[in-house]
Amino acid sequence: MTTTTSLTPARTPRSGSARSARLVTQSGVVAGLLVFAALTSFPVLVVVLAAFSPESEVLSWPPNFIPSRLTLENFDGLMARIPVFGQSWNSFVFAAAVTGLSLVFNSLAAYALARIQFRGRIAIFTVLIAIMMVPFQALLVPLYELISEIGWVNTYAGLVIPRAADVAGIFLLRQFFITLPRDLDSAARIDGASELRVFWSVILPNAVPALLTMALFHFVNNWNDLLWPLIMTSDSSVRPLTAGLALLTGSATGVAPYGVMMAGSLVAILPLVVLYLLVQRRFIEGVAMTGMKG
Amino acid sequence: MTTSAAPPRYRAPRRLGGEAHPDNSRQIAARERGRTLRATAFLAPALAVIIAFVFVPAFSALRLSFTDASGFGEESWIGLENYVTVFTDPATLRAISNTMLYALMYGPLVIAVGLAAALLLNRKDVPWRGFFRTVIFLPFVISMAVASLAWAFLLDPNLGLIPYWLSGLGITMGDVFASTTWALPAVTAVAIWKNFGYFMVIFLAGLQGIPRYLYEAATLDGAGAWRQFRAVTVPGLRATMTFVIVFAIIGAFQAFDQIYIMTQGGPDRATETIVYRIYTDGFRDFRMGFASALSYVLLAITLALGLIQLRIGTKREKDLE
Repeated sequence: MTTTTSLTPARTPRSGSARSARLVTQSGVVAGLLVFAALTSFPVLVVVLAAFSPESEVLSWPPNFIPSRLTLENFDGLMARIPVFGQSWNSFVFAAAVTGLSLVFNSLAAYALARIQFRGRIAIFTVLIAIMMVPFQALLVPLYELISEIGWVNTYAGLVIPRAADVAGIFLLRQFFITLPRDLDSAARIDGASELRVFWSVILPNAVPALLTMALFHFVNNWNDLLWPLIMTSDSSVRPLTAGLALLTGSATGVAPYGVMMAGSLVAILPLVVLYLLVQRRFIEGVAMTGMKG
Repeated sequence: MTTSAAPPRYRAPRRLGGEAHPDNSRQIAARERGRTLRATAFLAPALAVIIAFVFVPAFSALRLSFTDASGFGEESWIGLENYVTVFTDPATLRAISNTMLYALMYGPLVIAVGLAAALLLNRKDVPWRGFFRTVIFLPFVISMAVASLAWAFLLDPNLGLIPYWLSGLGITMGDVFASTTWALPAVTAVAIWKNFGYFMVIFLAGLQGIPRYLYEAATLDGAGAWRQFRAVTVPGLRATMTFVIVFAIIGAFQAFDQIYIMTQGGPDRATETIVYRIYTDGFRDFRMGFASALSYVLLAITLALGLIQLRIGTKREKDLE
């Protein structure tokens, strides 16, 4: 498996049998990868095709993989059942607002913890690490009670503000800020720069990859989130699309409206798939670098 | 170190006998106060959010877990009753054992599949590596909710492509989501499908950290592919592996989305998990007190696993130094 063929100098004359053995392993590897790729892309393909299939074909046996004709009727059905544009907008507002606010709040906090030597730094950092292990799901009940006391249920604020800072994000950025050379900010300070100025014009420009990684993750995680919006919104006017779709399945009686749901699924994944294809390198590197997960 | 504007870069701490210069001591104290003040200002927004929405709720969850709170009106203190129920009520115990079963299936499989994909993709001589990496990682970007809808459709006994194709092979597949035996494995499989790309990428990073010369040395010693895997790759991935294991387990203990969409906990509670019960007990049946006790059980499990991770993580950092 791990014989790295590049180890053998490229110019070494190879016997025919060695070359054909190599060809066999290589085609085996490619075959394996093709199986993986088919497994991962097949359901996505099914969503796309079913979304454009006539309802009668989606709900027929034997099922059609390739629709006989393409139609937008599932999207009409979707719009008749849920306010798709509104809920997509809600998803966007929710994900973008959390991303924006948490970038600001987390990077400020991370800067203090990484770059200012103050009393209590270690104590605060230790407490934050301990908090990192509190699963968000464990706080749902009191969070809901708190939010409803403030009167934020069914508001953007209720969705967004509790997520405006997160320990994992602070931790990630702190780790990154620490690796930047000390001379960077020392020099700026000697020149009389204020702390905010050091943060803004010295540290942040050097931390763009980390900030971008964090932004991507926050956007994707919140766009995709289900449990939190499900609890925090009962009103369709602020409910994000994922929760809207989930409630659509719940309300289904008898045969689930699969065509409509596939259309909804396509609307829900399209922006992220486009974003992913645009920045996939960075995204994959970000996972490898931070091990961050939603 | 960051305040090296003043000439004496190093001043011995007082406990080591270093004496602050009388003229300096006030300055130093003032500077320290200034730093603490500035740091506080930088930390304030994030800490305010975390205190209000993590700290405070964590303590109210603890308090609620000793009450019969319903979310409305009166609540009274009932001591440990909720916790007693958690560990004696068969349905709740079932949810806990389902979660563990889920973790036991999910963890090893998602890791094995992720590692297999990473090993295949790590070879330098594979054509279209970028393409494969992109496609295989794709499900991780899609929400679990959508993944669940897609798989529910694919596996639907009356409409789905998979039962249809299997029937062509002479295999009759019933409704997996209606089977008390198969519903939990099916729900787990969807999570594996969605997440293995994530583990693949972590493993790829780990594999790239293994020095080339180790493989060269192994080749010179005449080690075959399998032997190299055992002697070089496996030890080289040890740190990655421990990290990944704890991560997979913590993730498994938070399973909710696919269950909510595909099975609603059924059939006959066969797919109810801890978080699913927190949701239904708290927000459908309004047993907020009981849901809080369950939350604390989840917290305890995660905390235990997290502490293991932290120990491993710090050990790994030491190894790297």
